[in-house]
Amino acid sequence: MTTTSDAWQNAKLALTILAVDPIGLGGLNLRARSGPVRDRFIAALAPALAPRKLTRAYPAITDDQLFGGIDLSATLQAGRTVLTSGLLTTPNTAILLSMSERCPAPLAARLAIGLDQRNLTMIALDEGIEDEATPDALLDRLAFHITLDEISLNDCPGIEFDHDTIAVAQRALPKVKQPKDAAELVTQIALRFGITSLRAPLFVLRAARARAALRRETEVTEADLSSAAALILGPRATLLPDAPQEEDAPAPTPEDAPSDTAQKDPNPAQIPEDLVLAAVAASLPKDILDRIATSKASRTSAPSGGSGDKKRGNRRGRPVPPQKGQLGSAARLDLIATLRAAAPWQTLRRQAQFAPSRKIHIRPDDIRLKRFEEKSDRLLIFAVDASGSSALARLAEAKGAVELLLAEAYARRDHVALIAFRGSEADVMLPPTRSLVQTKRRLAALAGGGGTPLASGLEAALLMAETTKSKGLTPTIAILTDGRANVALDGSANRITAAEDARTIARMIRAKQTPALVIDTGNRPQKALSDLASELQAPYLPLPRADAHQVSQAIEAALG
Amino acid sequence: MTQPFPFSAIVGQEEMKTAMVLTAVDPTIGGVLVFGDRGTGKSTAVRALAGLLPPISVVADCPYNSARPEDCPDPDVVLNKQIVDRPTPVIDLPLGVTEDRVVGALDIEKALTQGEKRFEPGLLARAHRGYLYIDEVNLLEDHIVDLLLDVAASGKNVVEREGLSVRHPAKFVLVGSGNPEEGELRPQLLDRFGLSVEVASPTDIEDRIEVISRRDAYETDQDAFLTHWRGEDEALRERILKGRKLLASVDAPRGILEECAKLCIALGSDGLRGELTLLRTARALAAFEGDKKVTREHLRKVAPSALRHRLRRDPLDEAGSTSRVNRIVEEVLA
Repeated sequence: MTTTSDAWQNAKLALTILAVDPIGLGGLNLRARSGPVRDRFIAALAPALAPRKLTRAYPAITDDQLFGGIDLSATLQAGRTVLTSGLLTTPNTAILLSMSERCPAPLAARLAIGLDQRNLTMIALDEGIEDEATPDALLDRLAFHITLDEISLNDCPGIEFDHDTIAVAQRALPKVKQPKDAAELVTQIALRFGITSLRAPLFVLRAARARAALRRETEVTEADLSSAAALILGPRATLLPDAPQEEDAPAPTPEDAPSDTAQKDPNPAQIPEDLVLAAVAASLPKDILDRIATSKASRTSAPSGGSGDKKRGNRRGRPVPPQKGQLGSAARLDLIATLRAAAPWQTLRRQAQFAPSRKIHIRPDDIRLKRFEEKSDRLLIFAVDASGSSALARLAEAKGAVELLLAEAYARRDHVALIAFRGSEADVMLPPTRSLVQTKRRLAALAGGGGTPLASGLEAALLMAETTKSKGLTPTIAILTDGRANVALDGSANRITAAEDARTIARMIRAKQTPALVIDTGNRPQKALSDLASELQAPYLPLPRADAHQVSQAIEAALG
Repeated sequence: MTQPFPFSAIVGQEEMKTAMVLTAVDPTIGGVLVFGDRGTGKSTAVRALAGLLPPISVVADCPYNSARPEDCPDPDVVLNKQIVDRPTPVIDLPLGVTEDRVVGALDIEKALTQGEKRFEPGLLARAHRGYLYIDEVNLLEDHIVDLLLDVAASGKNVVEREGLSVRHPAKFVLVGSGNPEEGELRPQLLDRFGLSVEVASPTDIEDRIEVISRRDAYETDQDAFLTHWRGEDEALRERILKGRKLLASVDAPRGILEECAKLCIALGSDGLRGELTLLRTARALAAFEGDKKVTREHLRKVAPSALRHRLRRDPLDEAGSTSRVNRIVEEVLA
């Protein structure tokens, strides 16, 4: 109870400080689901930022709205250029960006320019769940990150502002002095919390000055600094002071696993990684990704290229040159192209006999329609079995296989994601990314041990495939397992239900028409897995057991 | 309009600063690609460069920044033929920009209101003789990047669209920045940038404190801060101007050429762009440092920036390309 009202007090303090220095502090990221608590906070925004006009913006805002442009209809009517002013070109704007977690990178970059030029105050309303969040480029430039979830309505009295105090503070702000070592102090604190961005300490200094101005002091005190640091550095902290530096060291330790396999294989750890990699390289078909693509094509009879599906529509995507055509219900008029087509003829048409007295003469064959081409990116979801059974037997080789597929994915500019299933559940090790470096790092840190929750792994892959489909990606699932499913969806250790669950999920994946690939990492090909593959209508591929050493021996023998 | 942060006041990031200064000495080096984390001063450096560079003299009314009235590709629009001094243009290319805005297009306004077919120059024309800065270049649409690099390499913008046929000079230095975690650039495009540098947040606590104090001083009392640094910026500008004058007379002995070639062969870089850029950059560095001759030292200093992005990309290589280049430079120039 006390903590929740603390959070509200913090939010209130942040807003008050922002009101004193709205430009210097950039703004505020408000992470909360829509609800009465958030509404109450939003209601306080407009008075806080007055006299700035708070304008709502949406992630789909156009450049014309941001930067201004020609007001076409007014221009045509007036016969001279009429310009509209944009949000970013009007000085001292305050923007309320709704659904900032959906803010695309290009918009974030534009807003970031506005924030950098110091003529914009931004309130980002972040409604993201879990990993969704306001783009980092923006977050870094907004001083305050406020979270309002888990506050009950009773704990948040309405926020009242004393405008005189704020006005006085605004006037006093330029005269506020800070102790000489303040910068040093703040930088060190930020570093101890693992904050690498240098914008954060600057915000702390500014906020501390604003807080001092609010108290009608001319000197920043330690209390100002610590209060500002708590507000600004707290949400940004990536590690606790004096905690070990490795912030995302893998929690599970693979130590228990080597001990039990040590007797079977005297030196599993001594296989040099390169050798394992080379061996797999020799035995994995080169065009494996193409095969998935073709197998999918035969099933859905949809055209599919090397990278994701290509959709040509008239709603979204990269614009392709407009086309002559007739206006229909689905077609969108490309006004500019139409006017361009009509422009050269205007003088002639005006002079034509019986020409109606219009400012602009457009004939049906001037009509141009908008066309877009959207190439959806491909996403490869690796569901890797890291259970004890497969773990030390062939986990290294499975990793090698994933790296090979990664290299291929990299060449095609595909996105990749990594799901590992072990113990009783599946974890998303890496959400969809294009960064090969990150994938490899996570893959290297992947530890093994525990049961085989194959169904959970498939389920996680299916869920990810579905969410990414809605974001316009074309997912493909690659499952690497030794197939001995022994943990059911509910976490119980029961072989029969486990296998049954895995089959159910596999059928669901097939029903969603998500292409898949099953790679058997077991020592011997497993019947259960080829069944699973046929359930998925996916290619089944036993990972052959061969290493460079054996291959060279065989060659030597053959050459005898 | 606030003044940009002074270039000399940027703490550390020597490689990035050197790369940018060298492109100012010799714009034919090609662009600079800056990859690194957020908040490491990438944008600050580019904008500061604008304030540092000497002004260029242009025809007052020419939208193409021509130096002489007779150079102007579209003489009709130039009413005021006076020559004026303008700051070196540094044009920001926003993400999601359309091709029309970049290369120029039919002037809709003129077409609608006067029924005239006229070309409206785009960002490339405005960037002529200056810099074109793309933040988050790795997020820019591929076809725009292709187009930019093409124009940057040829120095000419050719527009054939809507019945318009225009060509105008567009010589500019392309500066791209980005964060590799958010996506990478195609290798074909990487190769087109002359230099590439990697920046990271300073790890040294003293450096960090210095960055914060300077930035804070800049924001609280801008005038005093700018006055304080003006001297150093002036000195740097003088050196750049001297370097430009000296550039033509800098001698590159045959031995140096051989070493350039050896380095590129050892690194397995495709094509000859690597050698050319390496030589040009080394020469620019020699000129900037006031030396009459390119030496091994110069090569050694510029090799990482000039070659880092030209390695045959091995996606499974654990070590970063920087360490690979450094290793090979040490071996070849030992």
